Amino acid sequence: MSLDALEQELLAQVSAASDEAGVEAIRVSALGKKGVISERMATLGKMAPDERKATGAALNVLKDKVTEALTAKKVVFAEAALEARLVSEKIDVTLPVRPQSAGTIHPVSQVWEEVVQIFGDLGFSVAEGPHIEDDFHNFDALNMPADHPARQEHDTFYFNEKPDGSRMVLRTHTSPVQIRTMLSQKPPIRIIAPGRTFRSDSDMTHTPMFNQVEALVIDETTHMGNLKWILQEFCKAFFEVDDVKMRFRASHFPFTEPSMEVDINYSREGGQLKIGTGDKWLEILGSGMVHPNVIRAGGLDPDRYQGFAFGMGIDRIAMLKYGIPDLRAFFESDLRWLRHYGFRSLQVPTLAGGLS
Amino acid sequence: MKFTLSWLKEHLDTTATLDQICEGLIGVGLEVEEVSDRTQELAAFKVAYVLKAEKHPNADKLRLCKVETDTGVIQVVCGAPNARAGMKAIIALPGAVIPATKIALEKGSIRGQESQGMMCSERELLLSEEHDGIIDVQGDWPVGTPAVKALGLDDPMIYIKVTANRPDALGIHGLARDLAAKGLGTLKPLDATPVKGTFTSPIKVSVDGQSSCALFVGRYFRGVKNGPSPAWLQARLKSIGLRPISTLVDITNYITFTYGRPLHVFDADKVHGNISARLAKNGESLVALDGKTYTLSDQMTVIADEKSAEGIAGIMGGEASGCSETTTNVFLEAAYFDPQATAATGRKLGIISDARYRFERGIDPAFTQVGAEIATRLILELCGGEASELVIAGAVPNTARSFTLRKTRVKSLGGVDVPWTEQLRILRDLGFVVSDDGVAADDVGATCAVPSWRPDVKGEADLVEEICRIYGLENIPNAPMSRPHDIARPVLNPLQKRMLASRRMLATRGFNEALTWAFIPEAQAKLFGGGQPELKLSNAISSELTDMRPSLLPNLIAAAGRNMARGFADLMLAEVGHAYAGDKMSDETLRAAGIRRGAAVSRNVQGGKRDVDVFDVKADVLAVIEACGLAASTLQVVSGAPAWFHPGRCGTIQMGPQNKLAYFGEIHPRVLQAMYVKGPLVAFEIVLNGLPASKAKSNARAALNYSDLMPLSRDFAFVVDDKVLAAELVKAVKGVDKVLIADVNVFDLYKLEGGKISLAVEVTLQPKDKTFTDAEIEAISAKIVATAAKAVGATLRQ
Repeated sequence: MSLDALEQELLAQVSAASDEAGVEAIRVSALGKKGVISERMATLGKMAPDERKATGAALNVLKDKVTEALTAKKVVFAEAALEARLVSEKIDVTLPVRPQSAGTIHPVSQVWEEVVQIFGDLGFSVAEGPHIEDDFHNFDALNMPADHPARQEHDTFYFNEKPDGSRMVLRTHTSPVQIRTMLSQKPPIRIIAPGRTFRSDSDMTHTPMFNQVEALVIDETTHMGNLKWILQEFCKAFFEVDDVKMRFRASHFPFTEPSMEVDINYSREGGQLKIGTGDKWLEILGSGMVHPNVIRAGGLDPDRYQGFAFGMGIDRIAMLKYGIPDLRAFFESDLRWLRHYGFRSLQVPTLAGGLS
Repeated sequence: MKFTLSWLKEHLDTTATLDQICEGLIGVGLEVEEVSDRTQELAAFKVAYVLKAEKHPNADKLRLCKVETDTGVIQVVCGAPNARAGMKAIIALPGAVIPATKIALEKGSIRGQESQGMMCSERELLLSEEHDGIIDVQGDWPVGTPAVKALGLDDPMIYIKVTANRPDALGIHGLARDLAAKGLGTLKPLDATPVKGTFTSPIKVSVDGQSSCALFVGRYFRGVKNGPSPAWLQARLKSIGLRPISTLVDITNYITFTYGRPLHVFDADKVHGNISARLAKNGESLVALDGKTYTLSDQMTVIADEKSAEGIAGIMGGEASGCSETTTNVFLEAAYFDPQATAATGRKLGIISDARYRFERGIDPAFTQVGAEIATRLILELCGGEASELVIAGAVPNTARSFTLRKTRVKSLGGVDVPWTEQLRILRDLGFVVSDDGVAADDVGATCAVPSWRPDVKGEADLVEEICRIYGLENIPNAPMSRPHDIARPVLNPLQKRMLASRRMLATRGFNEALTWAFIPEAQAKLFGGGQPELKLSNAISSELTDMRPSLLPNLIAAAGRNMARGFADLMLAEVGHAYAGDKMSDETLRAAGIRRGAAVSRNVQGGKRDVDVFDVKADVLAVIEACGLAASTLQVVSGAPAWFHPGRCGTIQMGPQNKLAYFGEIHPRVLQAMYVKGPLVAFEIVLNGLPASKAKSNARAALNYSDLMPLSRDFAFVVDDKVLAAELVKAVKGVDKVLIADVNVFDLYKLEGGKISLAVEVTLQPKDKTFTDAEIEAISAKIVATAAKAVGATLRQ
């Protein structure tokens, strides 16, 4: 058979191969030790030099052509095999991912951080005190002596009497931290004191435990104009509104003089409360200039030092800001509630990134 | 404190509107809780005259009426039995909204007859429950007169919340004084003219110095006629929700609300001998005007005749000597009682009365006699008779005191510039006697004598408050506070930062943060090492909230149970909060705790379902500790934890045996059973206060030192006794070469027979300067095997 005919036959075989095994069989039959090309190569040694040269060259050309055809055919089959594999490996990506619980931060914790961000910017540090308090810090030092009528209204939780007749109380407000701070720091003082407080009261809008935040400023010049300013700025920053109307009402607290209660304006739109719009008033906090007797109880001279204090409910401002309807649910640990009203773990309030 | 606009206007000469009055009250610190003004609501209801009332042609019980209204004569079908010609009724025309139904009236046809309006019952106007007939308007009111006017409802009622420091605002006269100072009118002067007595009182009074009574003013009236009080007086009392009783009693109530001055009237004929204010005897009892019997103690003051106690001082009179319709001789009591003593007695007896409310806040002691004179005039006017001379025991307590108001103080404390003359004007209007005439008697300030009705004013700050509240808090300009640093500096302390980090780390790991009660049921406290007597509330609000919690875990476990009952079986709950080991400040510790319950990986298409186990919570603890800035690798993990954990499946993380930082493990099955919560449930609790301070002294990190050479690893399968802890083996292997052994990781564990286990570890070797030779690797491997054998009796598995 002429080389041309052989070439045609081999290339036709390659072309006709139906799979990779077929291609390999052709390779063996053509280029293997006993392959047709290899066998012809073996005959070269017996040829005359000129003939050998011409035939050798022709055989090499044939060998290259066949090899090339085989390789090309292999690639085709490999590609086809890969395509087939990819098709067979298809999965349903609509299947659910591996389950992973999504954690949440409690609204009170979130608002704690928001409040700290705002006041921290003005140099207020965070002060704390014990929940189990004595009469001195919770009442006496706050200008509420034993017979003071306001003391009866505090719905205090008491512990059992000690042998010496004294008894500890669960703090009814965060104000004892004012006293502890004044007794342990020198003015100028700027603190906020967020934390748990307790009153023996339980109904639709009261829980026996709730969260308050107290603020105290003591220096030689701070006055009611500063108090009004910080309350206004706080409300704007916290509720993230451009403006909020405030109503300051004279009031009475034993530990402040003068005292005022503060209302902010709101409206109700589609069942949702909106702070900073509308003409309805909502009481939000109590405040005033620290009473001289309280400054004295804090070990400071009221003729030299003055300042303001205010307190508000963290739970309450959380409810107002985030539209949470029921205070009692805050403490019920109902997963549905925690997941619905909670915050994502990386949603950290910052002044730069926004509080909410 | 309730009052009406017209009642106020008897004391305040004003042209102010109701809204202005309310705004003024709120501004000066008298919070308006409620205003009930029916003029708006009832504007469409007017007086009409029934010209004709005939039987409805098609109904026996209905009447067909011709009614004259201010817009013409109309036909009305009416079912009221009292509808009759010649009566005046209240008509509602189509469009009027009926208060009881909130529905607008429409023209209708009843049994074929057109009805062009409706004549209203009291119930339809929400005046009373009366619905048997229509309102039969009394009085000479022309047709078209607004119903509110004809029915005496045109006097708006105002309900204010008075703070405990303002007893003077518990009388209408005191409110008028505040409003006048606020610029809303002029305070009408009091008529304090004494009434001259015509005889000497047959009843004498005396005051025991031990009692709460400092002053007793009495007066005898003879020949009075008691009975229903006149319409104006009844209307006054009804307008604030009080029930008229009899003229004498109504007068005392009227003066209580008008002047904040409680009084009492005895039927003098029921009084035995003279009257004294004295301490009660222990066990002495009295039937008070509320019909209840009270047993008194020797701390309480009573008003007594020579036979028995006749009244509880400042709180409530006695039934026996009370006035009745037939009373003809009366003894009037106007006394001053100590606020604290009155409050204590009232609390102990549990009596709430208008008198107690005022006395315990401190009424005006100087008004005692004035109150008696005003009452005298009213009694003589309304009941006739003759008044005796006053009988007086004790004296007006001296409450005189003065404080200096510096000219600069309103500015420096209140933050507002109020002209000095205006400051003095305000104080004078409030009744302060001011030494300065406003010109310049004293450059520094003025001496201000406090009026007797203001027990709350005790210093200069109070004077500033008076000026600020009257001048208007809204007029104080907002003044920015200074910034301590141009760019704010951090304010949180390390523990606070750890609190935040713990919370966020737990939420990141999938925990839902809860906030639970600080108090728990006693039984649960005891399960978790609490229940000490000093941590029990003496007045717990319920049996579920009796003991301060010794741990955060019981609440979380209980919450798991509640959530499981709602269908959530797999849950992760955490809390960062305080627990209490005693009642000292140092006993309160801040903790981070969490529980995992149910499946750690729930059933899912990817597989890998498994239940929570101890290593989930061990990982939680280590992650929180790392988040708090500590290297978990420096801490010891040892077996064992407090009794509420499964004894064989719990661990403690510690800095040493004395410094335990955290516990983790399975909750003891008995504890779960006692709390009715089904496991598997694993938990951890970290005492954040206990974590050591971070040792980093500077922000700069140590230089990074790493090798370019590939680390290599070798596996060793050791057989050890099953008492051997993995940590012991790891520690021994690590100790072989602290430089070259970079890591030792246990990757397999299984039980063998004969009390042995197989522990397989992967040792990572990190060449430093050059690659290891085979001989070096052989050498270090041999050393590892030898050390493991020596330290924990390990042999290589064959």
